[in-house]
Amino acid sequence: MAGISSEPGFLMTTLEKGVNWARTNSMWPASFGLACCAIEMMGTGAAHNDLARFGMEIFRASPRQADLMIVAGRVSQKMAPVLRHVYDQMAEPKWVLSMGACASTGGMFNNYALVQGVDQVVPVDMYVPGCPPGPQSLMHGILSLQKMIMDGEIRNSTGVF
Amino acid sequence: MSDTTDTASEPTADMDTVPGHEPEAPSVADARREAHDIWVSGTEERFPFSTATNEGAQEMLPEADDPGAAMQAGIAVDDDYTSEPTVEPEERQIINMGPQHPSTHGVLRLHLEIEGETIRRVKPIIGYLHTGMEKTAETLTYAQGATNVTRMDYLAPFHNELAFSLTVEQLLGLEVPERASAIRVLMTELNRVSSHLLWAATQGMDIGALSMMIYGWRERETCLDFFEKTTGLRMNHNYIRVGGVAADLPDGWEDDVASLIATITVGIDEYEELLNDNPIFIDRTMGVGVMTPEECKQYGVTGPMARASGLNWDLRKTNPYCGIEQYEFDVPTGLHGDVFDRYIVRMEEMRQSLRIVQQVMDTMPSGDYRSEDRKVTPPPRKRIDESMEALIHHFKLFTEGFRVPEGAAYQSVEGPRGELGCYLVSKGGARPWRMHWRAPSFAAVQALPVMMTDSLLADVVASLASADPVLGDVDR
Repeated sequence: MAGISSEPGFLMTTLEKGVNWARTNSMWPASFGLACCAIEMMGTGAAHNDLARFGMEIFRASPRQADLMIVAGRVSQKMAPVLRHVYDQMAEPKWVLSMGACASTGGMFNNYALVQGVDQVVPVDMYVPGCPPGPQSLMHGILSLQKMIMDGEIRNSTGVF
Repeated sequence: MSDTTDTASEPTADMDTVPGHEPEAPSVADARREAHDIWVSGTEERFPFSTATNEGAQEMLPEADDPGAAMQAGIAVDDDYTSEPTVEPEERQIINMGPQHPSTHGVLRLHLEIEGETIRRVKPIIGYLHTGMEKTAETLTYAQGATNVTRMDYLAPFHNELAFSLTVEQLLGLEVPERASAIRVLMTELNRVSSHLLWAATQGMDIGALSMMIYGWRERETCLDFFEKTTGLRMNHNYIRVGGVAADLPDGWEDDVASLIATITVGIDEYEELLNDNPIFIDRTMGVGVMTPEECKQYGVTGPMARASGLNWDLRKTNPYCGIEQYEFDVPTGLHGDVFDRYIVRMEEMRQSLRIVQQVMDTMPSGDYRSEDRKVTPPPRKRIDESMEALIHHFKLFTEGFRVPEGAAYQSVEGPRGELGCYLVSKGGARPWRMHWRAPSFAAVQALPVMMTDSLLADVVASLASADPVLGDVDR
């Protein structure tokens, strides 16, 4: 055996699979509804579309219990510090999903009042297009994010294990 | 909070000096007030705005000494609803609720001053969803305007579009075909139902009836399915446009609407069965968040909230639009003005809206779904290949837009939350010079202190949910 390898070994890859599986299937979103998209987000959680199928039905009111922040709606300049505050309160590991055109790019409101993309404030893992994205779009975004987590490494958002 | 306790200890004004109650007009700055009056009614003289709004440097006006005017300007605070403190000021606690809170229906922030479990003072803080839509409207043509305004009150997109379109049509002097008006009534009334269903869901959820949340969303999806079929989108439709609507109703719409009416009628009966005799629901809603008719008038509260207080005021009756006067419907009113009456009124309003929808369905006129005035609405796609004139019209409409004669207009519709009004000023161009909205949610939010002061902390959520504010409507 020639010293410590930087390549992950059998133990680590097996652990990684187990941890990622657990993280993927119990990802609790923070209820961070802002505007129109929040209504569709609630609609996704309600009976008709039933987000519970993916282990995500529990929208946590407290960011400290949440793993995923769905930024649903337009982020105003006044709201941006609050958004960052909520993000900082979330425990690692955490992910951000930017829902809709306004949260992703500012959308049609290119003016003084809106933050032109929430990625200026927090790191975003997944963007969902639409104005507002329907429940199917949101679920597609969430499933893509789950796949990303499943295939990824167990690191936190700063890159440290 | 030293300033709050100061103002709380010395009563600043009695009811005579509250705006709207002045016994006589103040003598100072009469000229400016006159200009202001003209600005409000809008028709006496064209463009007195330059004198009314050009105040130069933002200095304190002499009327700042007038308590009523100061209160209106927000310099002084009306403390009528703060009761005499019975405990030491040190024992008062400040609790912050929101802007990130699941029960504030968006990003409203409430600043609650409490003594034990009793609320002594409420300050709503808004602006967390300010999107600058009124400013953005000045850069969009009238044809693009509906795209913008539909995102204001995102639970009543059709009403926003309707108010905007009616205002522009008023400036243009444009007649809309009968079928277009009927489609507009159909869609707005269905929108009222879907909005009230969402209200029922969230009101139930907020006070612990979680199954109501699931049921409300279930029925709302049936409305959204029809909207999606007709307009292509579940929300933010941009369907009602200047000159008519964007597209005709889809084939087989009668069957869709008939099954929708049947489903929702059964649903409403089920909700009432679930909630009307539910002792927890009754305890948490009866006598909570009371507003008297006088208070509703003072604070500009309209819609189901005012009607729950007993005011028989519905713009569909008093100021009808889109030929809604030809349909038979009743305006339900309450007696007590509490949360329970608001619930009853909204439930009955859904039934009345479905009644209107049924009548629209039975009497839907044939004809065009939009005005055939080619200066306002684009020609059919097929005509562009055949006719040079159609091509020119199409090109002009989508590059420059249409020009609207100089003037100002106000038109309001009865939205699910009350009087939703659009005020437009045109200077003859293809874009509004100024747009302003009279938002019913804004009045509801400013009336929150009336409902909440001296009630229990646990009732805050019930009162807030019954006001049904949409923060996109408040902040725009």
